[in-house]
Amino acid sequence: MENQELIPHLFRTEYRKITAVLSKTFGLEHIEIAQDIASDTFLQASEMWGIKGVPDNPVAWLYTVARNKTLDYLRRDKLFKEKVTGQVVRSSPPGEEIDIDLSARNITDSQLQMMFAICHPSLPVESQIGLALNVLCGFGISEIASAFLTSKETINKRLYRAREKLRTEEVKMEFPAESDIESRLEAVLKTLYLLFNEGFYSAGKDITLRKDVCIEAMWLTKMLTENAGTDSPPVNALLALMCFHASRFEARTNPQGETVLYQDQDESLWDATLICRGENYLNRASVGQQLSRYHLEAAIGYWHTIKADTPEKWEHILQYYNQLLILEYSPIAALNRTYALAKARSKREAICEAEKLNLAGNHLYHSLLGELYLGIDDRKALECFNASLSLAKSRADRLLLAEKIRRIGETC
Amino acid sequence: MNDFLFVFRNDPAVMPGMSPEALQNSMQKWMDWIGGIAAQGKLVDRGNRLANEGNVVRPSQVVTDGPYIETKESVGGFIMVRAGSLDEATEMAKGCPILFAGGNVEVRPIIRM
Repeated sequence: MENQELIPHLFRTEYRKITAVLSKTFGLEHIEIAQDIASDTFLQASEMWGIKGVPDNPVAWLYTVARNKTLDYLRRDKLFKEKVTGQVVRSSPPGEEIDIDLSARNITDSQLQMMFAICHPSLPVESQIGLALNVLCGFGISEIASAFLTSKETINKRLYRAREKLRTEEVKMEFPAESDIESRLEAVLKTLYLLFNEGFYSAGKDITLRKDVCIEAMWLTKMLTENAGTDSPPVNALLALMCFHASRFEARTNPQGETVLYQDQDESLWDATLICRGENYLNRASVGQQLSRYHLEAAIGYWHTIKADTPEKWEHILQYYNQLLILEYSPIAALNRTYALAKARSKREAICEAEKLNLAGNHLYHSLLGELYLGIDDRKALECFNASLSLAKSRADRLLLAEKIRRIGETC
Repeated sequence: MNDFLFVFRNDPAVMPGMSPEALQNSMQKWMDWIGGIAAQGKLVDRGNRLANEGNVVRPSQVVTDGPYIETKESVGGFIMVRAGSLDEATEMAKGCPILFAGGNVEVRPIIRM
């Protein structure tokens, strides 16, 4: 790997590890100091490696530098040392060097504990996602801002408030108690799910960045599957779902950066390795009695990896959407269910159900209705697509709709 | 918006006599119907199905087995929905698959205590 690629790559993988271990060492209320030391370490790497070349073992180099910087910091700032509540610092005998434990075991534990801390139920979901991107994925403020389509200032404020909240709520770096693990893990999954969706569905133009967000979300979920305490069926189901979705990443945009709808995608661009991995995780998820929304969404994702457009396929998808909606309503699931109904049964039946949805303010509702009326009443379809266009905000959506309207106009 | 209870009643002898295919078919119809209500965001509680067997306790500690001793229909399950009016809730109930299998749906507004 070239030097200029190596540092960003290591930043992605090692920044969160150093931050997590140091936050555990100091106590989570000093997470900013941990992040500063981690950032400083990388700054030094980019300076030194440029001049002296990359060391033989870059990761070990980073850990040594981070360790030294931490010890320096503790020596320099005696007051800080007295204030810190982190177990390691507090329990070390006075006068003795503190050991910064960068063993593989402690790195893994610290990262998992950081995930639980960041996804603490006392934090607003927005803060959780912001912190996850910043601390767990090593994204900078400007990257997060562009992923959220907002300003750097907004993100700075949001992260500041989130860290404040960690302090005021006295969130600790620890594994949840046995009795809480299920509900805490559920909160972690929800954040990882949203994190993935942020990358997958965001209207942000930077496709590489969006893909990175998805990859990071998958990486964090995978970490949960590799730990006996967190390797539950819903975790595997979530990872399966992410694999199935991510398999279409290359196929869903054309070289001009425009959206390619599912039915128009070139399936040779679907990533077979990811689909295979998804199937594997879905199998691992299929134990026990619990049927989470991730199971259902993964099952829907699985059927989407089969290109053949048969009524059987859509019947399965329809039934999973029925179950998903019964478990938890969402407008997007309601719209997708109606689409599946049209494919599995008939457009007329679907129109009848669509009329009841009460989603007139949603541009996707009108484009669905337009899709259903196509071939039945093209004039009506045109009206629906126009209604959708007047509500659609993102450029990608508007382009798709304008193209549809143009095509119907030719035949009408 | 108010909450309404749908109480499903049917002849308890009907279900056990169904073939696996018919059962599967009936299951799908139920899922489509409840899924349709859920797709409108109007399903409050998916409810439960009730087993056929059961006891009824009457005054003076008299226990009879089976809730349907005096009638040919018994309560087989329930769900809770949200609707703007009793009329709207009743309209929703008209799609229930039990109506095509000899049963009925009782629609009752819920009075929150």
